[in-house]
Amino acid sequence: MDVKEIIKPENQVYGKTELLTDNVMHYCPGCTHGVVHKLMAELIDEMGLQEKAIGVAPVGCAVFAYNYIDIDWQEAAHGRAPAVATGIVRINPEKFVFTYQGDGDLASIGAAEIIHACNRGENILVVFINNGIYGMTGGQMAPTTLEKMVTSTTPCGRDTALNGYPLKMTDLVAQLPGTSYVTRQSAQSAPAVRKCKRALKKGIKNVLDKKGTSFVEVVSTCNSGWKMTPVKANEWMEENMFPFYPLGDMKDSEKDKPVSNN
Amino acid sequence: MKGNEVLAEAAIRCGCDGYFGYPITPQSEVMEMLMFREPWNETGMKVLQAESEVAAINMLYGAAATGKKVLTSSSSPGISLMAEGISYIAGAELPCLVINVQRGGPGLGTIQPSQADYSQAVKGGGHGDYKMIVLAPSSVQEMNDFVDLAFELAFKYRNPAMILTDGAIGQMMEKVELSDYKKRWTNEEVIDKWGSWATTGKPSSRERNVITSLELDSEKMEANNQRFQKKYRQMEAEEQRYETFQIEDAEYVLVAFGTSARVCQKSVEIAREKGLKVGLLRPISLFPFPKNIIGELAPKVKGFLSVEMNAGQMVEDIKLAVHEAGCTRRVEFFGRMGGIIPAPGEVVDALEQNFLKE
Repeated sequence: MDVKEIIKPENQVYGKTELLTDNVMHYCPGCTHGVVHKLMAELIDEMGLQEKAIGVAPVGCAVFAYNYIDIDWQEAAHGRAPAVATGIVRINPEKFVFTYQGDGDLASIGAAEIIHACNRGENILVVFINNGIYGMTGGQMAPTTLEKMVTSTTPCGRDTALNGYPLKMTDLVAQLPGTSYVTRQSAQSAPAVRKCKRALKKGIKNVLDKKGTSFVEVVSTCNSGWKMTPVKANEWMEENMFPFYPLGDMKDSEKDKPVSNN
Repeated sequence: MKGNEVLAEAAIRCGCDGYFGYPITPQSEVMEMLMFREPWNETGMKVLQAESEVAAINMLYGAAATGKKVLTSSSSPGISLMAEGISYIAGAELPCLVINVQRGGPGLGTIQPSQADYSQAVKGGGHGDYKMIVLAPSSVQEMNDFVDLAFELAFKYRNPAMILTDGAIGQMMEKVELSDYKKRWTNEEVIDKWGSWATTGKPSSRERNVITSLELDSEKMEANNQRFQKKYRQMEAEEQRYETFQIEDAEYVLVAFGTSARVCQKSVEIAREKGLKVGLLRPISLFPFPKNIIGELAPKVKGFLSVEMNAGQMVEDIKLAVHEAGCTRRVEFFGRMGGIIPAPGEVVDALEQNFLKE
């Protein structure tokens, strides 16, 4: 049978959203970024938000997020995405603005910006990819690196006496009155991906309803940085990351928050 | 009105869309005035107190990317914190206004007026090869006038512009004629004017707009650098601004900007009373530096005295301008530091000391 005979609408079981560009992703095989990019692209498409959406890309592996989702983007300085998003949304409150940040970007150099953006209740969605390591720079310790976890700057494992403790950003921002929906998800299996998509959708909806900051952490793998196969990395994440970073909603305030009149 | 308050009023009146700032002496009145005026009720302009200067400049970066008129203000230590963000803004070619009401440094230094950030302002300030348009007001009236001018130039060149003033003019009260109100651009106007690059939201009719300073392909990055440099050369060709005072028959020219220029105007009068033929050149645009007029004056005069509230920064640009004009006139420097404003008589003494004593 010729391939052309197979490619027919009635045979299609899966289609890529047009909002995901045809650019070949630079992510390593097994990386979680590609999955979460796809979910965001699908949701923006399904919810008809292409013209409303402005993404803010981080510094880190997802620095080139703007090459993959076909919307207007701005590339922030390291850690400053929540401040950049604040600038965009304050001036254009009718837009759907989201940041897409890794754990080095959000939890380390950008800790001040994320805390204050969440505390002001900026009307944005924060997508937080937590793989416990600096991926792009070659596997150094992140604030989220687990105790005893080996990285290139903790070759004998993270020693809390030397390096302090892994930081649970999602727990922190859940305490802040400005956040409306705070959840921790993962994307290593089909059910997890579907759940993650529902969480992202809820976050987007909250932003459209002007409920303040929505914060979706996705506990992720970095099989290159962790020096594991993709399959082994997923197992390691389930065994080691999930006990310290348990999945589930941490905050879901249904009550309408007043939006800043500024 | 106070200089700092006029900056705020001028921003509201020129149709500004947003201000992001962080308190620091001696410029806190800018944000205080804005918050007091509540322009969001009047013109729709948004005002936000950020958690730091770092956040403020990155908010400005985000807001500027949308093609609207936005500004921040700070003072010297705060501007250092903003330098990284300004570099990103220049690299992403975004128009915006940054105001530096200078105080003395280095470090925490003093809260008294200074011009010690001249080099930081005109040579770039942050990392990478970039320039800002830098305007130096010397009166409260110019604090008003230059806000609109700075925005005009920033959008003409898609480049950050800076108003470089100091604590003296920021805190000074003078009569001022405020500008008429201009309407803020509507979203439609912004799309019409800047839709080719701004993050206005991607319709299906155009490619996505990506605001970034990142380009990993060296050939392409060099092409970007060349485009920036071409823009800076165009600014040098078209935007040199200055004012002269009693320059026609001058044998000696004082060169001074901002507060020092006010002092030097009096110095010229004192010198003239003594029978010395002294004039004043006041650079208004510090970048582009008004080197053409210096080149024109150089063959006609005996020497230049740069008067600055720092250890001698602009004097280097005067020397360069004289050299580029193919002249060998003497260029000397007199300055006070630590937040001290030179007295008019001191300047005349320095002129005599440098040029007239055997």
